[in-house]
Amino acid sequence: MAPRPSLGLRARLLLAFALLCVVTAAAVAGGLYVQARNAILQRTQDAAVRAMTSRLEAIYPLRTPAPGPDELGEIAAAATDQNSFAVAFYGDVHSPVAPPPGPPAGPGEPPRGPGGRPHEPGGRAHEPGGRPRAMDLGVISPELRQVVAGGRTAWQRVEWQGGPWLIIGMPLLIVEGDRPTRLSGIEVYAARSLLAEQRSIDGLAVSAWGTGAAAMGFAVVLALLATRGVLRPVRELGRAARLLGEGELRTRIAVRGSDELADVARTFNNTAAELERHVEQLRAMEADARRFVADVSHELRTPLAALAAVADVLDEEAARLPEPAGRAARLVSQETLNLTGLVNDLIEISRFDSGVAALALNEVDMAELVGATLRARGWSELVHTELPPAVTARLDPRRVDVILANLVGNALGHGEPPVSVRLSADAHWITIDVRDHGPGLDETVLPHVFDRFYKANAARARSEGSGLGLAIARENARLHRGDLTVANAPDGGAVFTLRLPRRAHDPDGDPE
Amino acid sequence: MKPGGVSRVLLIEDDPAVREGLELALTRHGHRVRAVESGEQGLDRLRADLPDVVVLDLMLPGMDGFEVCRCIRAAGDVPIIMLTARGDDMDVVAGLEAGADDYVVKPVQPRVLEARIRAVLRRIGRDQAELERHGDLTIDRAGLVVAKRGVPVSLAPTELRLLLELSGTPGRVHSRQHLLESVWEHGYFGDSRLVDACVQRLRAKIEDDSAAPVYVQTVRGFGYRFGPV
Repeated sequence: MAPRPSLGLRARLLLAFALLCVVTAAAVAGGLYVQARNAILQRTQDAAVRAMTSRLEAIYPLRTPAPGPDELGEIAAAATDQNSFAVAFYGDVHSPVAPPPGPPAGPGEPPRGPGGRPHEPGGRAHEPGGRPRAMDLGVISPELRQVVAGGRTAWQRVEWQGGPWLIIGMPLLIVEGDRPTRLSGIEVYAARSLLAEQRSIDGLAVSAWGTGAAAMGFAVVLALLATRGVLRPVRELGRAARLLGEGELRTRIAVRGSDELADVARTFNNTAAELERHVEQLRAMEADARRFVADVSHELRTPLAALAAVADVLDEEAARLPEPAGRAARLVSQETLNLTGLVNDLIEISRFDSGVAALALNEVDMAELVGATLRARGWSELVHTELPPAVTARLDPRRVDVILANLVGNALGHGEPPVSVRLSADAHWITIDVRDHGPGLDETVLPHVFDRFYKANAARARSEGSGLGLAIARENARLHRGDLTVANAPDGGAVFTLRLPRRAHDPDGDPE
Repeated sequence: MKPGGVSRVLLIEDDPAVREGLELALTRHGHRVRAVESGEQGLDRLRADLPDVVVLDLMLPGMDGFEVCRCIRAAGDVPIIMLTARGDDMDVVAGLEAGADDYVVKPVQPRVLEARIRAVLRRIGRDQAELERHGDLTIDRAGLVVAKRGVPVSLAPTELRLLLELSGTPGRVHSRQHLLESVWEHGYFGDSRLVDACVQRLRAKIEDDSAAPVYVQTVRGFGYRFGPV
């Protein structure tokens, strides 16, 4: 299963903090904004309605029950103040919707024109201060008129000329005695700009946004600090786990505080300690086992030395001995040789294990070296060689001889002829391929070819050689900081490839 | 040294089974073997028997093999073949420095030991050549005598053979492999430390300053050459 793509822990924590902050800030600021806005508008409306009521009270008593435009104009003028512009209706008749032309009125002089010309289209409906100069009857909605005609004071907020307006509608009542009894049929509508209020509300919104942004910034900083506080131990834990995985079993982490992360740290430390103890135990056991092998090999050496000394004697006398003593003598002689080889190999591999194996470096001609290996074992005629001349290298010739003897011996013993040895080199490396033309090695065998005492065929309980030959060959290659690998050739046969640096380094220094 | 005849071998080995086995095998190869179990006895027999070659185990109780080796070398030029335990590289180096000519690793096959004994005993060919002079050094290939400023220098057989081999072609570089084959009769894969140790001993005897050799010079990465003086 492919891993789900996800943000890092830090990013996720930051996002969560930011989201939380935005939601909280939006809720608080939004709520306050709405409340403040309503309060402002309510106050404005109440004040406007009160002011209009008091102004209209001044025009009583009405002169005619059915006023004409002029009278309506007077009523409208009375209702008009510096903040609003009023229009009076009587049925379909209404006062002029625009004041008469003249010099712009000062702030203290509200326009009071009973008559006037119609408002020019495209002209400005109000001055920058918010004071209306004219009115578009379209802004008085039929619903409003209906309510007002019904005898109730009503208001409505409308959008007009790109700004918010408050339209207040008020019916005039006929007073009989001391009480208003019935509708006069005259309705007065005043338009009041809410631009100033809009501005203060906008100001509120801006400060709400600003507060939100500041809170968000603050939250991000807090989140960063918090994530650092959480992530630092997590990172430390990750680093420690990686080190542990790389084999640094002494890795421990500092336990701070007593929170969940400290618990995790404690658990990690306990696990690491336990692991270290187990690994140490295993290593000690392995070292013991290897030391035991080395000791046994060394102890076997002395009796073997005596046996080996007389094995030749037995072998040479075997022909003269009566059977079965002769056969027994040959068997003893042969097995003494095999045992000697095995013990020698065991001692050799113990030396690699304990790290005391050292290189005796020499400048050698590679073709000469390979030729000498083959000649010394009588293989020169059996092996096809490709040995370019004048390839020299600085290495331990005896160890390389051990490697080559093993590889070629294996190819001759287990593979099919022709066996070939091919030498090639570049500036830094020497490569020697040893291949046979048999069926090659089983794929399941390949990874274990260099294992100690690995038997490709379990039925073949004992083959020639100690079972350590290839393991020793590879140890020798690695001692040179080179390597020995095996693969099957595409056209059949096993290929062992020995790679050695042209200038091997002896950690113990220069033998010269 | 008895060319062509029976050679006398002094075997110093503490383990009775190994001693008996080697005595048996060497006797079969036609040597007259005197086997002793300690260094002290060995040094006594050395003076009494005058053996042609000493086969010396390095691991001895009492006086150890290195000490015995130095004593034998101080007493004369008899060739010494060490018996070393496999895997004890430091012993090999120390033994060669103590003056051994060659070594074999236990468990040893008698035919290998026999080949080494024959190699160290091989008669050095005497030429009818004139006395050679190389600086302060005179080499008499007929009498097999080396002298420095007229004073004869006592050289072990292997040292003498190495010097004769190198000085035969002054100025020519001899690889360690070549010297192992021609002087020690080892194969190509002989232990080059034999050569290095022998060169050190030879220098100590014929050079004025071993650290700045004139006669036997190291050619880094290739081997050794004699002179040119």
